[in-house]
Amino acid sequence: MRALVLLSVAGLALASAVAAKDVPNDPRRAPEVVRVPMDPWPSQYKPYPSQVTVIRGATIYDGAGRRLDNAMIRLEGGKVTEIGASVAVPEGAKLIEAAGKYVTAGIIDIHSHLGVYPSPGVEANSDGNEATSPARPEVWAEHSVWPQDPGFSRALAGGVTALHVLPGSANLFGGRGVTLKPVYGRGVQDMKFPNAPYSLKMACGENPKGVYGSRNQLPATRMGNIAYARQLWSDAAAYKRRWDDYTQRAEAGTAKPTDAPRRELALDTLMGVLNGEILVQNHCYRADEMINVISMSREFGYRVTAFHHAVESYKIADLLKTEGICSAMWADWYGFKMESFDGIRENIALVNAAGACAIVHSDDENGIQRLNQEAAKAMAAGRRLGLTIAPELAWTWLSLNPARGLGIGASTGSLEVGKAADVVLWSAEPFSVYARPMQVWIDGALMYDWGDPKRRPTSDFELGQPGVGDVK
Amino acid sequence: MKRLALWVVLANAALPAAAVPSAIIGATIMTARGETVIEGGTLLFDNGRITAVGTNIPVPAGTTVIDGKGRILTPGIIAAASDLGITEVSGVSETNDASARQSAFSAALDLSTAVNPRSVHIAISRMAGVTRAAALPEAGNRIFAGQGAVISLAAGAPPVGRARAMQYVEMGQAGARIAGGSRPAAWAQLANMLAEAQRLMLNPAGFDRGQDSGSLTKRLDAEALAPVIDGRQALFVHAERASDISEVLKLKLRYPAIRPVLIGAREAWLVAAQIARAGVPVITHSLYDLPEQFESLAATRNNIGVLQAAGVTVAIGPLGGIGGTTPVNLPTYAGNAVAQAGVPGGKGLTRGQALAAITANPARILGLDDTGTLEVGKRADLVLWDGDPLEMMSAPVAVWIDGAAQPMTSRQTELAQRYKALGRTDLPLQYPR
Repeated sequence: MRALVLLSVAGLALASAVAAKDVPNDPRRAPEVVRVPMDPWPSQYKPYPSQVTVIRGATIYDGAGRRLDNAMIRLEGGKVTEIGASVAVPEGAKLIEAAGKYVTAGIIDIHSHLGVYPSPGVEANSDGNEATSPARPEVWAEHSVWPQDPGFSRALAGGVTALHVLPGSANLFGGRGVTLKPVYGRGVQDMKFPNAPYSLKMACGENPKGVYGSRNQLPATRMGNIAYARQLWSDAAAYKRRWDDYTQRAEAGTAKPTDAPRRELALDTLMGVLNGEILVQNHCYRADEMINVISMSREFGYRVTAFHHAVESYKIADLLKTEGICSAMWADWYGFKMESFDGIRENIALVNAAGACAIVHSDDENGIQRLNQEAAKAMAAGRRLGLTIAPELAWTWLSLNPARGLGIGASTGSLEVGKAADVVLWSAEPFSVYARPMQVWIDGALMYDWGDPKRRPTSDFELGQPGVGDVK
Repeated sequence: MKRLALWVVLANAALPAAAVPSAIIGATIMTARGETVIEGGTLLFDNGRITAVGTNIPVPAGTTVIDGKGRILTPGIIAAASDLGITEVSGVSETNDASARQSAFSAALDLSTAVNPRSVHIAISRMAGVTRAAALPEAGNRIFAGQGAVISLAAGAPPVGRARAMQYVEMGQAGARIAGGSRPAAWAQLANMLAEAQRLMLNPAGFDRGQDSGSLTKRLDAEALAPVIDGRQALFVHAERASDISEVLKLKLRYPAIRPVLIGAREAWLVAAQIARAGVPVITHSLYDLPEQFESLAATRNNIGVLQAAGVTVAIGPLGGIGGTTPVNLPTYAGNAVAQAGVPGGKGLTRGQALAAITANPARILGLDDTGTLEVGKRADLVLWDGDPLEMMSAPVAVWIDGAAQPMTSRQTELAQRYKALGRTDLPLQYPR
């Protein structure tokens, strides 16, 4: 009974389980079908109040690769409602004169551990790796997120309007990632990006084999990594067959709710991947290992949405384009571990040049504050190699590409009419080291203002501590 | 003094490439002396030294002329704290000589014995404009980590400019863990090791004999601490919390000749006046702004600006805590300190101060008196940039160390060239093309 309560009962025409039982074979009633709920912990985020705002005179990088000089944009009802050389300024709208300033789509970080590895980084707050088994797809990062991580305020001040919080990479299957807004809430649901799909964090290479190999258990090698993962995908395929079979029979009215397979939370996540509902975000450094993962995904019929860190993506950029897999990369991290030894500063630019999807990610509570600077370094390295990269194109690495990699590209990631007003006003050209976000809007609400202490959030943890309320 | 003289001889021996007098003309010269910027300037160098800087300087016949028009010339970048030459792959312990947890020794560990000038990171850093660096140890099983070296990044030259340039000690919460679990334990270990070093200095023959037997400090470690006590060697002290910093400043009361340098120092701004009064320099980062530990609750990017305004000599170190940190990014870190000054309520640096924080100031702190600025008589450690050196978009077009032009390639540039064009060719990419 308890298990049944946890299940969502689907079917619009359904009355109740009791009623259905009374007339199990009534052809006029839709059959009762037990389904694995896709969103049992839905977002409780509500945009904060906003006022109609028009920004005039700025240079705009729209996040989709376009640049508008001396342009205007209107934010209204939480959305971008008009953008161009001249837009209507409604009565009572707040007009911001921004000549010489820059406006961009908000930055989206596809790889963060804010909340799960928060500041202060003490053991008691260290909740990012459920390193108790190489496969923990049943854990969800959101259940580790501490909403009072001071890092959320810093990310916001860096122009971040959405971020994807992932479990760590100790495990082959690390668990589900969650997309958040850097807007403080009392619980994590208050921060969740509405209707964003879940992700599955996977990892290849040194971390899983190192963590478990040091305990003398599988996997201790790269071949162990793949073997373990393949077995689990095979189990997931069997689980999916059981559910598909049950669902088919239930929809035909030949299976009762009690015939539904027992839910395995771990396999729920994997089945979600096989059904294309959960996106795979795969930590992987080396090119040859990415190729192995692609082969595994073909074998079991799932897709990798993005390789993360991907320091060797430049070696297989053509393949990544063909496969339609994004690379989420640092600008210049390299050499700190063996699998990062071949990292080069041209990586992002070369991936972009091959026509593959390039994303700048942080994986870091400091880096997330300056992703614009990381993109600048990558663009500069590419130009020195002779590649042509316009700044408005480089901004797609920070906004629309990660939005697509998170399955939220239809609602955010670029400044287009009808999309969310997730906007940053910069004090200077945002690829300059001297530029800082002056104001940040999320869903049209002004959530950060560098000149207004009342628009600079302070997490509970920092309250009453030295340095509270500084500009930081 | 003798050691210093030897060093100069060694360094000069490595200068065959710089025998021809050279001139960089038409460049914008940022001297790293105050805010001095010379537009359309000329810099002459010969035999590894700068011989003239300014405008309207005649270029003698026989001088190699380098066109600096549209370029910016700065002193070489100096990394005040690094693991250059010490660590190849930090996560691969066989290649990491920064710390020695299993060693019986601590203060005696001499990093100069490990410096590898062929490390790939040296070439990578050099072509980004880094010309000299401090290679620092990490603490193992004692709070004293050992003696760092000042190195040159010049290709084909002896890498160690000065061995045993500083001692490194871990205080604060990390020192507390190493010493047995508390800050008092760290201070007790420090006091004891320095006391035993003093005893050794007073009576070398009697050390660890008779009533002094049972010393906790090995003779080599005690010997290594003698130059710390008498001030011949700087003591780099890692401390973050303001109260820890205040304790460090008290060291001078007990050991008057000691020369502490604060490293880390995220909360230094809370006691900036004290630090300035004590004349203690600080190596910190411009980007710390999170309460990452309980010892850094007050971390703010204003730190460096407040310290500068208080009169403290500040260098930006490529220190831990900032992911992916490398000396290559020092100019970007300096630029960020300038940006901080533009934020309402922000405290930052001017461009001149920011450049000095990665050139002149680390030179002073590391005792590299003849580097760090572009002045006559100084070493010709020069970087010619294609734009504002503090901008991410800029990069060096040429680098000289001791007047010798440096190669502008690295393992990274070779990888990029190899994979620049993908696709099947007659032979795998691993064959020369």
